[in-house]
Amino acid sequence: MSIPSLLGTEFLSKAQIEQVLKLSFLFKKCLKQNQAVPQTLAGKTVILLFFEPSTRTRSSFELAAKRLGGNTLVLTKEGSSAEKGETLVDTAKTVQAMQPDLLVLRHPSAGSPFHLDQILDIPIVNAGDGFHEHPTQALLDLMTIQEFKGKIEGLKVLIVGDIAHSRVARSNIYALKKMGAEVSVCGPPTLLPPKVEQMGVEVHYELEKAVKDKDVIMTLRIQFERLNPGQSPSRGEYSKFYGISESVLKTAKADVLIMHPGPVNRGVEISPEVADGSRSVILNQVGNGVIVRMAVLHLLTGNELLKGWL
Amino acid sequence: MNGELVIRKARIFDPSQNLDVVGDILIQKGKIEALGTQINVPLGKNIPEIDAQGWLATPGWIDIHTHLREPGQTHKENIRTGTEAAAAGGFTSIACMANTKPVNDSSFITTYIQQKVASESSINVYPIGAITKGLDGQELAEIGSMWEAGIVAISDDGKTVMNSYLMRKALDYSKRFNLAVVCHAEDTNLKGRGVMNEGFNSARFGLRGIPKASEEIIVARDILLTELTGARLHVAHVSTAGSVALIREAKRRGIQITAEVTPHHLTLTDEVVGTYDTNTKVAPPLREPQDVEAVTEALADGTIDALASDHAPHSVEDKEVEYDHAEFGMVGLETAFPLYYRVALQKGVSLKRIVSAMTHKPAEIIGIPKGTLKIGADADITIFDPDMKYRINKNDFRSKSKNTPFDGWDVQGKVRYTIVAGKIVYQEIPGGNR
Repeated sequence: MSIPSLLGTEFLSKAQIEQVLKLSFLFKKCLKQNQAVPQTLAGKTVILLFFEPSTRTRSSFELAAKRLGGNTLVLTKEGSSAEKGETLVDTAKTVQAMQPDLLVLRHPSAGSPFHLDQILDIPIVNAGDGFHEHPTQALLDLMTIQEFKGKIEGLKVLIVGDIAHSRVARSNIYALKKMGAEVSVCGPPTLLPPKVEQMGVEVHYELEKAVKDKDVIMTLRIQFERLNPGQSPSRGEYSKFYGISESVLKTAKADVLIMHPGPVNRGVEISPEVADGSRSVILNQVGNGVIVRMAVLHLLTGNELLKGWL
Repeated sequence: MNGELVIRKARIFDPSQNLDVVGDILIQKGKIEALGTQINVPLGKNIPEIDAQGWLATPGWIDIHTHLREPGQTHKENIRTGTEAAAAGGFTSIACMANTKPVNDSSFITTYIQQKVASESSINVYPIGAITKGLDGQELAEIGSMWEAGIVAISDDGKTVMNSYLMRKALDYSKRFNLAVVCHAEDTNLKGRGVMNEGFNSARFGLRGIPKASEEIIVARDILLTELTGARLHVAHVSTAGSVALIREAKRRGIQITAEVTPHHLTLTDEVVGTYDTNTKVAPPLREPQDVEAVTEALADGTIDALASDHAPHSVEDKEVEYDHAEFGMVGLETAFPLYYRVALQKGVSLKRIVSAMTHKPAEIIGIPKGTLKIGADADITIFDPDMKYRINKNDFRSKSKNTPFDGWDVQGKVRYTIVAGKIVYQEIPGGNR
């Protein structure tokens, strides 16, 4: 793989995405059949630097690294460097001094992995930077779609919710479009990014119309605590207009795939019936998350074993 | 001796008197004594000479928008380093904004700055006073006392006076002193926690946007209040096509309004924010290509009167942080001219317009008797080599701060001499000054 770091799906080629997916399915098969996976990270250290609370993504990366034989070190720092009187460069140098082989970074400010990437000479995996990107989430979503639909190209995918503040939405838009899917977004106009249509997506304000003919519906976690007053009046009203419920899905395709990056606000962006229903693949996403992260870590550490496995 | 100088064979370029001739300038007692060809120096005097063949001599450049950070934030800049940077950038006069710590909202601080300038600076520095006490937007500052002490304009620059009533009163009150009211146009609520221009690129980069309307609403409001009061408004750092249209229309209606544009709003778009280099974070933010085009056109046709650097030094600690948390602003005094000159060379804005916007136009805005090479005027002169090409290196800056997005740019046009009242305050030494 020619990329030294994984900072965003905007910077990946279709071939690179295909490579990750191919390896992910191979790993999945190995694990299912109880076959050994390559110990690419044996003797290597992965630092997981998390400036934001995260259980799911962090443990997923940790498990992925351990399955590949790596050592992991979790460093959590809440709040920004600035609040601690430390610069991002100081943070980067501290990490470098520990001599890791790879850094997984979760940070509340967009672009922070880019700053670190300019200073560090090890691969960095962006595990979410502000509202910007969360590339491994998009890759695991793609894997899940591929798994259940058998393809990505030509599918109609709808992303619903707070698109403006969603790194998951951005990473998915770039990745899905590169793989040939048709992407639409739907949310309150106050929560759509400016000029989002220029990303080549269809924009909807009305959920009932938006779900029609869709093969996949991804709904996003809405974080009311992060919103400014004026972005959404109340949970109830949000749920009324943008919550995915059985009644909304009446106009959708019968085999529509329901996805959510988690954790779910039950009864807000998605009703419990839909979240736990037969069309929901939310738990499959979690399982695939570990596998996709294994593939990413494997490819980024550029081990010699790579050739034999592809 | 100081104040006596002959400049030989320069291309004397002075838009204030429509002058563009090759000749000599004789300076005596700090004033322009004579302009002409092959001027003879008075008998019995041994006056130093500058051979300026191939170079342009213009009235000393004036920058009406700088932040010198003294008092209060001298780790970023102080009056000595800021004025040295100005001299190296070819500026003989600068105006410094009021957002120091404490704020320049009283004659006491104005006098403090002037005393510091008298002992630390070799160029002219004109303080701008605050509109409101502490820049809090609540009460008018003692504008009259500051005027007596020597301020040349009033501004809460860095902040917008959001209370329209108070802004109206400031405009009214300013008429007594004939001071321009300089508006920093950003609606605080619309700006919110935005860090870059709102648009497709802010969506791409995942950063909070600042809509153009946040600037245009205040420009429109202040135009209406200026019309209401009959005062004199100067719009700082115009960044959008919409603001340009409002200013053009206001001028057409005869409202007393002037405007300035910065080097960065003439040369950069919000695309560069994609590097997440915090040196691209500035208020108002870098906009889109159509805005750059509009401000360039407005500079060319005179809708925008003046060029101003908005020199805003920040330390490494303020900038080597997350984009969201970095301070707004970039240094500009030492990169302004080659960027203006680039606009002349690449965008076809006439050299006359560029030099006007750096000399007599800003002088008129702040009401100082500068910006001309007329006989008897103060001998403030900038001499530059229009052909010299070089690469911007932030480590060469005299400014204490290096927060520039222009490091490494290849530019053309270099200051050779900066002369204040006949005294050489900066000289470019071939092979580097440091």
